[in-house]
Amino acid sequence: MTPITTLKDWETDQEVRWCPGCGDYAILKAVQRTLPQLGTDPANTVFVSGIGCSSRFPYYIESYGFHTIHGRAPAFATGIKLANPDLDIWLVTGDGDGLSIGGNHLMHVLRRNVNMQIMLFNNEIYGLTKGQYSPTSREGTRSPSTPLGSVDHPTKPCAFALGAGARFVARGFDVSKNLPDVLKAAHAHRGAAFVEIFQNCVVYNKDVFEDFAQPKGAEDRQLWLENGAPMLFANGTKGITLNHASLRLEVVDIIDGDWQAAEVIVHDVTNRAIAHMLVEMPFGPFPMALGVLYDDPLPTFEDMVIADRERAVAGKEPNLARLLASGQTWTVEEGPTGA
Amino acid sequence: MATQTVPHEAIDEPEHRPEAVVVRFAGDSGDGMQLTGGQFTLSTALAGNDLATFPDFPAEIRAPQGTLFGVSAFQINFGSRQIDTAGDAPDVLVAMNPAALKVNLQAVKPGGLVIADTGEFTKRNLEKAKYASNPLEDGSLARWDVLAFDISAQTIEAVKPFGLGNKDALRCKNMWTLGLALWMFGRPRKPIHDWLRAKFKGKPELAEANIAALDAGHAYGETAELSGPLHQYHLDPVPTAPGLYRTITGAEAVALGLIAGARLLRLPLFFGGYPITPASAILHHLARLKEFSVTTFQAEDEIAAICAAIGASYAGSLGVTSSSGPGIALKGEAMGLAIMTELPLVIVNSQRGGPSTGLPTKTEQSDLYQAVYGRNGDAPMPVIAARSPADVFECAIEACRIAVQYMTPVMLLTDGYIANAAEPWLVPDPEAFERMPAQFLTQKNAGDGLLPYKRDERGARPWIKPGTPGLMHRIGGIEKAVDTGHLDYSPGNHQAMTDARRDKIANIQVRDQQVEVGEKRGRLVVVGWGSTYGPIHQAVLRARRRGMDVSHIHVRHVWPLPANLGDLLRGFDKVLVPEMNTGQFKTVLRDQFLIDAQPLTKVSGQPFQIAELEAAIATYFDNIPGDAGGAEIAPNLSQLPSPVSGHDDGTTPRDLRLMHDRDN
Repeated sequence: MTPITTLKDWETDQEVRWCPGCGDYAILKAVQRTLPQLGTDPANTVFVSGIGCSSRFPYYIESYGFHTIHGRAPAFATGIKLANPDLDIWLVTGDGDGLSIGGNHLMHVLRRNVNMQIMLFNNEIYGLTKGQYSPTSREGTRSPSTPLGSVDHPTKPCAFALGAGARFVARGFDVSKNLPDVLKAAHAHRGAAFVEIFQNCVVYNKDVFEDFAQPKGAEDRQLWLENGAPMLFANGTKGITLNHASLRLEVVDIIDGDWQAAEVIVHDVTNRAIAHMLVEMPFGPFPMALGVLYDDPLPTFEDMVIADRERAVAGKEPNLARLLASGQTWTVEEGPTGA
Repeated sequence: MATQTVPHEAIDEPEHRPEAVVVRFAGDSGDGMQLTGGQFTLSTALAGNDLATFPDFPAEIRAPQGTLFGVSAFQINFGSRQIDTAGDAPDVLVAMNPAALKVNLQAVKPGGLVIADTGEFTKRNLEKAKYASNPLEDGSLARWDVLAFDISAQTIEAVKPFGLGNKDALRCKNMWTLGLALWMFGRPRKPIHDWLRAKFKGKPELAEANIAALDAGHAYGETAELSGPLHQYHLDPVPTAPGLYRTITGAEAVALGLIAGARLLRLPLFFGGYPITPASAILHHLARLKEFSVTTFQAEDEIAAICAAIGASYAGSLGVTSSSGPGIALKGEAMGLAIMTELPLVIVNSQRGGPSTGLPTKTEQSDLYQAVYGRNGDAPMPVIAARSPADVFECAIEACRIAVQYMTPVMLLTDGYIANAAEPWLVPDPEAFERMPAQFLTQKNAGDGLLPYKRDERGARPWIKPGTPGLMHRIGGIEKAVDTGHLDYSPGNHQAMTDARRDKIANIQVRDQQVEVGEKRGRLVVVGWGSTYGPIHQAVLRARRRGMDVSHIHVRHVWPLPANLGDLLRGFDKVLVPEMNTGQFKTVLRDQFLIDAQPLTKVSGQPFQIAELEAAIATYFDNIPGDAGGAEIAPNLSQLPSPVSGHDDGTTPRDLRLMHDRDN
């Protein structure tokens, strides 16, 4: 039986060691607020992380936790899930851990669709190693390793996830009050659920998400997606539509609330083509797409592995003595063998 | 008679009763030489001879017909005494085409017998083998006895009654050759008849055609005896322990040993692997044994393979990963995490020539430093080295035991030679092994509290599965506080934990070192580890027969070393350490025991030959001052076999058919 838990039950006695003001505090609270609502058992929950500021996360959640090595958390989590599919796994990674050193593993855990929640804290910087630019840093980011500004093009985590074959892609940010709802949707999805969480690094990359995350004017700059609802923002005065000639998204003005007339798209979380457009939608001309961008489950990896094993062992007995004695065999009799 | 380069292995014993014979079957990869060799091996085992075999496959997946690099060969060494190696040089070479002759001829002992199929020595095949003139006719084979005749024509004639097409008829050539070989060594044909009838169950005409070819080859031996160099050999059976035997390769033995080990521990087995030569065979074998609570996972890379295995161990399975040198290097960081978090794990390293990609298909023992020392930080890890395919089984069980009882990763070393070579194996009784069920912590271990790093009498921490109520805790790669396992960077704690990890491994109980051959003290001891066992064993036996005071010690537990090994080695005046590397174990022995261990090294991708070791031993007893001791053995250009992977890759004929169908 699953015990009823409160936020307190998910707090450890360990002193939290992030910088004062770090966005990670808000995410930690959001997760600890979400977990009791999921009705899950701390004893059956495992937080797995790699290396980086975000990866300290497991130490602060009162469940099982495994702080592994840089970039490899998805591989550990896959082994844990295959060994015990009943465990509820949360993977915590960052933009450096998950998209630079661990990009390969993130790709494959998504492609295989191992059932777990993947939270990628994107602060567009290497925090723990003191401020180098990361694979999500915007071009021109000045950092100790790029004193004149970075020159390489950043990757978009949600576009990466979709490209890798993810069946659930969502976005939120550290101080958003909607973050628990996004996490709940991720947990409800059976399969690898990818959540990008914009996270403010107050020391090395302060307020890079301020243009859309700040509360003032947020309604004009945030598009919160809801399945079955039209893609509206700016208090319903603007919407997103698809230009049927160019096959591009456009912002349209809504006159008198008549979004149908403006041909605003109704969000369908199973529409993969629109999801690709939403994750690529440039902020500035467009609002930042947030919430559940895509959710269309497929059978999970562990279910397929279990089914494969059942097929493989059907009618077979695990008889070790017989296995050892298989292949080309012969018997040597007692006493001197023939001449 | 031609001069023998290799003493004591002469086939020309009185009345053709040699102690041991080396036969090599060589042909095009399509000629069925591995099948011929396999069946000849079985008949040899049935006759009670001891044996060792080595298959030599082309490295190319599908080599063009008739080419030099398309030659496939199978060598068997068998005899009326104990056989430990696949043999130094063949006494008999069966060459099914010019390319097979060219590739293998230099290895054959001078005076040895070469059997060649003249039907294949066509102008085109000679060109493909880069022969300017026909070697069967130009006198270039004068150093050997040559028996050249048209096996192709003989086979076609023999199978005529069965109405096969020319192509199918020629496919029976290998059985004709096998028939001749069976006659040469006085083997019964019936087991092969039975095998052929079972193999071609649905196609009786093919079975009967192959049997006819086999019988014709046999009959040819009887009629040709008086007129040529062909004669029969008689080898007495070796006194052998009674029981059920099978042939086994190292890769099979790893798979079986891991399954047996996991069952003795009552644990499900999780195997994370990534394709690499020559280690992939273990993944292939285990993938079809899922009924033994085995989960196999082909990961995206070597790192993910070990990380998933560690994850599985964390969740309560016995995690195993395997690879070869470069893949093992990639896994190094994760091994450190398993050492830090003190989780059980078995890492199998099928060593190959290095560094870097090196010689993927050749054997070497050059990963010993990597196994013992190759991680960042003070990261002690047990290392076990198997000596032969059959020995791998017990070593794998031992690796599983140590991993779980001491909560540590363990490395099991094999090599390309062990992985691919086959030898007879007295099938063990699984009930005879001591059961050692793994223990999981199920309740708090410190009154009201939980101490995830509280150590038992062995120094091991408790194994706590996620999912266990009330025992939630966090582990990771950052230094742990004594007992509590909380993060702790303090100086005293790191000293204490480093010491605890070192002592835990150093105090692992391993069996006392035994002397394989010889005495517990004396003039010279030859110390080996791993697959050099066979040649060292034979070389020491021969040297002792010649009156030399030399003993053989073969070390299984490379780390930690057996407690009595230092005293044992100090009982000898001289210590010689032959290795297929530049002297790695020698360094460990010098470091651990301050003894003057001398290296004898060979890194040509070839196993040691008995004669090479015997010559090195003799330098200690020849009274020539200054010549004794370590040396480098130069590459032996005529030496075979040079192990090429591909024999035991764990695939079945069905797999190959599936792959063929898929590709076409």
